[in-house]
Amino acid sequence: MTQFIDRRLNPKGKSLANRQRFLRRARTQIREAVQKSLKDSAVADIGKNRKIKISSRGTREPRFRLDPKAGGERDFVLPGNKEFSPGDEIKKPRSGEDGGRGKQAGDSGDGEDDFEFTMTQDEILDIFFEDLELPNLVRTTLKETPSRTWRRSGITTAGSPTQINLIRTMRHAFGRRIALKRPSIANLNLLVEQLDALEREEPQTDEIRARIVTLREDIAKANAKRKWIGFIDPIDVRYNAFTEQPIPTSQAVMFCLMDVSGSMGEREKDLAKRFYMLLHLFLKRRYERVDIVFIRHTHDAQEVDEQEFFYSRQSGGTIVSTALDKMLEIQKERYATADWNIYAAQASDGYTQSGDARHCVEMLNADIMPLCQYYAYIEILDEREMEVFASEDSGAELWRAYRTVADLWPNFATKRISKPADIFPVFRELFKKTEVTS
Amino acid sequence: MTPLFTESEWDFGTLDRVYKAIEEIALGELKLDVYPNQIEVISSEQMLDAYSSLAMPLMYNHWSFGKLFAREEAMYRAGYSALAYEIVINSSPCISYLLEENSMTMQALVIAHAAFGHNHFFKNNYLFRQWTNAEGILDYLAFAKRYIAACEDRHGRDDVEAVLDSAHALMDQGVFRYRRPPRPSKERVLEKRRKRVEHEEEAYSELWRTLPAGIEPPAVSPAIDPEEDYPGEMKVPEENILYFLEKHSPALKPWQREMLRIVRNLSQYFYPQRQTKVMNEGCATFVHYTLMNALYDKGLITESSLLEFLHSHTSVVFQPDFDDRRYYGLNPYALGYGMMADIKRICTTPTPEDRDWFPHIAGKGDWMDVLKDGWANYRDESFIEQFLSPKLMRDFRMFALFDKADEGAYKVSSIHNETGYRRVRASLARQYDVGSADANIQITGANLHSDRKLFVEHRMNRGVPLQVQSRELVCAHIERLWGHEVIFEEVPNEE
Repeated sequence: MTQFIDRRLNPKGKSLANRQRFLRRARTQIREAVQKSLKDSAVADIGKNRKIKISSRGTREPRFRLDPKAGGERDFVLPGNKEFSPGDEIKKPRSGEDGGRGKQAGDSGDGEDDFEFTMTQDEILDIFFEDLELPNLVRTTLKETPSRTWRRSGITTAGSPTQINLIRTMRHAFGRRIALKRPSIANLNLLVEQLDALEREEPQTDEIRARIVTLREDIAKANAKRKWIGFIDPIDVRYNAFTEQPIPTSQAVMFCLMDVSGSMGEREKDLAKRFYMLLHLFLKRRYERVDIVFIRHTHDAQEVDEQEFFYSRQSGGTIVSTALDKMLEIQKERYATADWNIYAAQASDGYTQSGDARHCVEMLNADIMPLCQYYAYIEILDEREMEVFASEDSGAELWRAYRTVADLWPNFATKRISKPADIFPVFRELFKKTEVTS
Repeated sequence: MTPLFTESEWDFGTLDRVYKAIEEIALGELKLDVYPNQIEVISSEQMLDAYSSLAMPLMYNHWSFGKLFAREEAMYRAGYSALAYEIVINSSPCISYLLEENSMTMQALVIAHAAFGHNHFFKNNYLFRQWTNAEGILDYLAFAKRYIAACEDRHGRDDVEAVLDSAHALMDQGVFRYRRPPRPSKERVLEKRRKRVEHEEEAYSELWRTLPAGIEPPAVSPAIDPEEDYPGEMKVPEENILYFLEKHSPALKPWQREMLRIVRNLSQYFYPQRQTKVMNEGCATFVHYTLMNALYDKGLITESSLLEFLHSHTSVVFQPDFDDRRYYGLNPYALGYGMMADIKRICTTPTPEDRDWFPHIAGKGDWMDVLKDGWANYRDESFIEQFLSPKLMRDFRMFALFDKADEGAYKVSSIHNETGYRRVRASLARQYDVGSADANIQITGANLHSDRKLFVEHRMNRGVPLQVQSRELVCAHIERLWGHEVIFEEVPNEE
């Protein structure tokens, strides 16, 4: 009567449909939480599973609940009396209920405030991309894991019929046939012809009859041998072998340059961070190894770690060319162009000391652009400024100067942004290239 | 006798031998009466799946289940909570899930606990016998899942989600507490559904699709079904709000009514479990304790597996004190098992006190008979009122508190002493009476022929009101289902 059933092999992810419904339902809260979480995490950490804490607003499941704190009276029983006698009083705890600890399990609907769960890399990226308004094709190419390819790796004795290596197989068969002395069709035909000739000869002497008998035996033997020794035997068959290998990739270094003078506020830095994140995602997909170098500058440039890059503040003027100097210096020291692909991403609010812009352009044209695979510059404005500078041609000194570089170098991109969705067009060229090459 | 197993790893052969040994004792010696068993081994992920669908093997899709899953998974991965060793479903055959990570001893424990303890309780307790339909539940769930999926296809996910949200908010108000609901048999459900669909299709005409927006096609006249109580006269007051809305709401379409009905039937199915938490777990725990010891006495399990079992058993029935950090309310396993072990003690070795308190069972000897009668004919409230002994109250060191909302302190009203026993017991029993622990919400009327206002009231038990915030949210859900204004009122109970 009893049955034991092994259900372990049943398909997994039975509750996937429910999870999708939940993510959709809590979309707004999740988005806020993901954005906050991205803000606090390292540039290179995007694209990992992470814990997300959302407020339960929006996913509340209200039920009618009694509220004994608000009025009325009740009795209840607790275990573990140690010192109380009838008539004693126990002070009510300020929050929570039932004398002991506050938490009452399962009062969903009002008790819960925050809700923590893990989101997968794909789910996080979806939300990240949604903000940046990436085209779909780009989304999928970015989410792909490093590509691998099948490469020939010699010959094996096992495989699928479609991968039979005919030449090798036939060669083995041929050798075996020779070694085992398998009579060929030609030989056999020769014997048959001889037999025919003898049979037709008149008169049939004893000698001829004897020869006919031996010939017949020979033909029978030859036929039998051809049967035993196959034209192709399973042991002859060879297959082409393939193994999966990662597509050889090289390494890249990504220089993040940012103006950190007082004019760059929280919002500007957050936008810049997303800009770097997106570039990093892209590079990570294309190169086995990606180094990130953070260079911040005011009137003076320094290489710093990520924490300092985004969160510490410095006062001083703004000289952009110092950062370019620093970048060149580091590149010469550590990242030889023979071994490294060089990418640079610069974020600024567009102000620099007068005269410096011209200096920057000279450096870019002469020294930097010849080294770089791609150089992206974003100027972060607020919405109001964005309206003022509606045309690409108008703008501050640095902007106008960089426009001249962009005209000369196709791999130099400039863009003004004021919201996350503006970021992607900066990389448009970059992604176009990959679509062709990959 | 040689032990059935010595290794801690399990395999299906051993499971089968252990099951047979347990069955022999359970049916032969304890004379338990169970549904046929179906035992399934599942992985931890599947266990999480089962958690998040109300512990049912299949369930319709809704975001709240996804939320539950995400929460459980986060807790589990962070190591805050261990998974249950088993889940058992009140169905025939009775399905128990075993977690693959359990050791062989744990599997034996779980088989004894779920496949015999819970199973006996499901089959014999009067609430389950009267109010749930063990044979039909899986078919009904399959129907519900298909029906709701079809609704999503036809009417869009958002609309379906909205109705389910509202229905879930009223789930606690979707049960008949006093009057027995009609019990649809499997065939009747299927037959009904077929008729319903057929009728809908017959009444459908392509023409209605050409109507300009805003004009509704004439409502499909309901199929003739003599057993369906057709919304003729509405009866008020009505405690089953989901039932009332399903039958009388002027705003709902037929498929929405069917969905309310599904949620209501589910709620009704779970209602007996809510009323018998202590007894159900107590029964299962007592049965597994008895069975495992019997196995050991016969030499069928080794001493080391007995110790492993005892370790797990004691942590299951552990009751922290109220001022302990781990206190999370009374542990139903501890209370239930404690009472049942106590009944056995009273039957076999009664003290004079027990003879005073329980003259009808003290020293009776046949404890299994007393317990079986208890399991069959009581629910938590009445079981506690009848069988909680002074000794157990002393063991738990129970004391009763009186709480008045506008006072700054609780008053200790009675403790575990001669004068207090009865009052502590009565107070605890009331705490387990779902009827009075749940808010008493009634629909008292509806102006069907004028402004269509719906009147809902909460009859306060000893003046305790509803929490305002959640009340307003739920009222908004009622309003959505009713389609017109809802007037809510808190009234003192006349009793």
